[in-house]
Amino acid sequence: MSATEYQGAVACPGCAATPGAATTASGAARREEVVLSLPGVHCAGCISTVERGLKALPGIADARVNLTMKRARIHHDGTRTVEDLIAALEKLGYEALPLDMVALSSTETDRVGRELLMRLGVSFFAMMNIMLLSVAVWSGAADATRDLFHMISGAIALPTVIFAGQPFFKSAWASLKAGRLGMDVPISLAIILASSISVYETFNSGHHAYFDAAVMLTFFLLGGRYLDHRTRAVARSAAQELAALEVPRAMVLRDGVEEMVAVSTLSVGDLVVIRPGGRVPVDGVVTEGASEIDRSLLTGESLPVPTGPGKAVAAGEVNLTGRLTLRVTAAGKDTSLARMAELVAVAEEARNTYTSLADRAARAYSPLVHILSFTAFGVWMWITGGDLRFAINISAAVLIITCPCALGLAVPAVVTAASGKLFRAGLLIKSGTALERLATVDTVVFDKTGTLTLGRPEPLNLPGIAPESRAVAATLAAISSHPLAQALAEAEQDRTQVEEIREVPGYGIEGRWQGTPVRLGRAAWVGATGGALTATWLRIGSDAPIPFTFADRLRPGAEDLVRGLMAQGMEVHLLSGDVAPAVEDLAKRLSIPHWQAEILPEGKAAFVSGLVAEGRSVLMVGDGLNDTGALAAATVSISPASALDAARVASDIVLMGQDIAPVSDALRISRQSVKRIRENFAISFGYNIVAVPVALVGLASPLLAALAMSISSITVTLNALRLK
Amino acid sequence: MEVLAILIPVSLGLGLLGLLAFVWSLRARQYDDPDGDSARILSDDYDDAPAPRDPPSDPDYPD
Repeated sequence: MSATEYQGAVACPGCAATPGAATTASGAARREEVVLSLPGVHCAGCISTVERGLKALPGIADARVNLTMKRARIHHDGTRTVEDLIAALEKLGYEALPLDMVALSSTETDRVGRELLMRLGVSFFAMMNIMLLSVAVWSGAADATRDLFHMISGAIALPTVIFAGQPFFKSAWASLKAGRLGMDVPISLAIILASSISVYETFNSGHHAYFDAAVMLTFFLLGGRYLDHRTRAVARSAAQELAALEVPRAMVLRDGVEEMVAVSTLSVGDLVVIRPGGRVPVDGVVTEGASEIDRSLLTGESLPVPTGPGKAVAAGEVNLTGRLTLRVTAAGKDTSLARMAELVAVAEEARNTYTSLADRAARAYSPLVHILSFTAFGVWMWITGGDLRFAINISAAVLIITCPCALGLAVPAVVTAASGKLFRAGLLIKSGTALERLATVDTVVFDKTGTLTLGRPEPLNLPGIAPESRAVAATLAAISSHPLAQALAEAEQDRTQVEEIREVPGYGIEGRWQGTPVRLGRAAWVGATGGALTATWLRIGSDAPIPFTFADRLRPGAEDLVRGLMAQGMEVHLLSGDVAPAVEDLAKRLSIPHWQAEILPEGKAAFVSGLVAEGRSVLMVGDGLNDTGALAAATVSISPASALDAARVASDIVLMGQDIAPVSDALRISRQSVKRIRENFAISFGYNIVAVPVALVGLASPLLAALAMSISSITVTLNALRLK
Repeated sequence: MEVLAILIPVSLGLGLLGLLAFVWSLRARQYDDPDGDSARILSDDYDDAPAPRDPPSDPDYPD
């Protein structure tokens, strides 16, 4: 993707409405903002290196690293491009990914999170002050003093509950309207009942007021709610922001004039120009030009495919060597890429039927709590012969004591601790239930190109070739953006004098070295017969052609990961759309017993669905469009950040860095967190078993309620923090 | 017990002060990067003079 195509994607949020204008009005100077994701930053040293390194570049006004979000916000004067900055950071040793500023502006303001935090702060203030007054009452304040303290407590508690309890009231009302009994119904009921009874008791000089319980309940539950929100917000924003990796703009040819337009404005019949290195934004037929296209993201083929006039290309493919002009046959929602994404959406729906542990607990819990409270009310009405005040007090006490304080914290606390750990390891959890599903995994299915390998070839036989030939080949290769040529130029540093170098798109590079014509490229073009291995051929004059063989570079950590998974007794499969020799070679290198080559996208999805139907719990790791069906069909799925949009959307977890090893951390941490969640349920249930009978017989006091509530919430949180 | 008439308002007032400080810090976006803040204390980059302030990117909370 070329530099100019990026301008639109990284313009400031304010300019989002007017594509083309990429400046913010800040005085007379141009000031542009870029936000980059930096999965590798982790310490104070990283912050200074990145900030100093960026500020040393000309044109950079300001750079600031946010370590929590692992991103850098950079202001520059418009002379820098995103590619520049990424290259500069790479030189400093940090991987960087561009983020979509438009999506950022909607996630970064995070209004909901801030509102929750505000309510949390207010209820904390109220809780502490009321507790201060309550302690006096508990330790024996009587008569007028007690009534006064109750009144002050009420004056603090009522506004607090009305303000801070809104999230619960709203969601309880919504679930009642939908005819369900969610977790928020007993919560709201407990808060409202506790407050209103306390008001009544206060004005009748009663002994017990539950203002502290009402506020404490609000505080602890808001805490759980906030943690939950934060985990989800991080996941959501990650998914949205990474969406920007797609081509937002395209070069269109109208009446012989090239024009940059947004991809969304393209229609069937338009002529689109794609420069070497650019990603194809639409489906189309080549009208002019010859080139090679990289289809690895779509089909898993690791080798580029030659293309020319009359050949069809699809959105998402990358044009490598020559300039191409296409006639659009499908744009926007009709492209094969978008259609596949839709298929994924359907498969996603099916998977969303998974019920989380928390939901299952809530479903069992809510009715039980209500029945218990009503029974207590009825029984005490009967025993006391109609003492309404006493019976209501008992049933409120039951509701308050059983209120799922710890239950509300049990899952969010663990999930937050776990996703924080995984985030630091370079993994983003997109789905709330992903951890739970990950914990059940017993089969792992890998894609090859771009997942276990980097999709970047590595020369194998360089040392066996004469230095002279190597230098010639490298010199020729240096001008091409073909992946094999680039790998060769990168691996061989020696250069020599070659004249009249030119690239013949689709075939190779030729030139003149010491008077003899030299060619580097396809076997047939240089007059050789190709073998089974991936190779490019060099021919000097009329000498015999020399093959340069390549193998796809392994993703760092791939070997350890596969070995680790097998050691844990998991079944590991390798599915690839690539040719058999390449797949077999990789399977041997990683000693993966089960592999299949040249498998179609439908085949992958069917294979994974088959495993799931057998009752296996499948983790699919893939990056290509040909994997999306399988990613969506699997129990849980992971894709690298370099994957196509559709693949990232379909997966539950995104791997931010290049290293794939964190996947095994994810599996380990997920199993641990599910264990912790279950323990937490057991803890909160245990407290209820002790406290409920006490409340039922009418011995519950506000002090007991406060103790039970805070101790259970704190134990549950501490238990979550034990996660290693 | 008359002292309560002073002590209670004082304790409430102090609590309110804390709440106000919290509201201010929240609106000044001081919770945006807790990890970074704890790491930055170790670097001596802005020991002599404070860093130029980040321009507010959120129009709702001009600080």
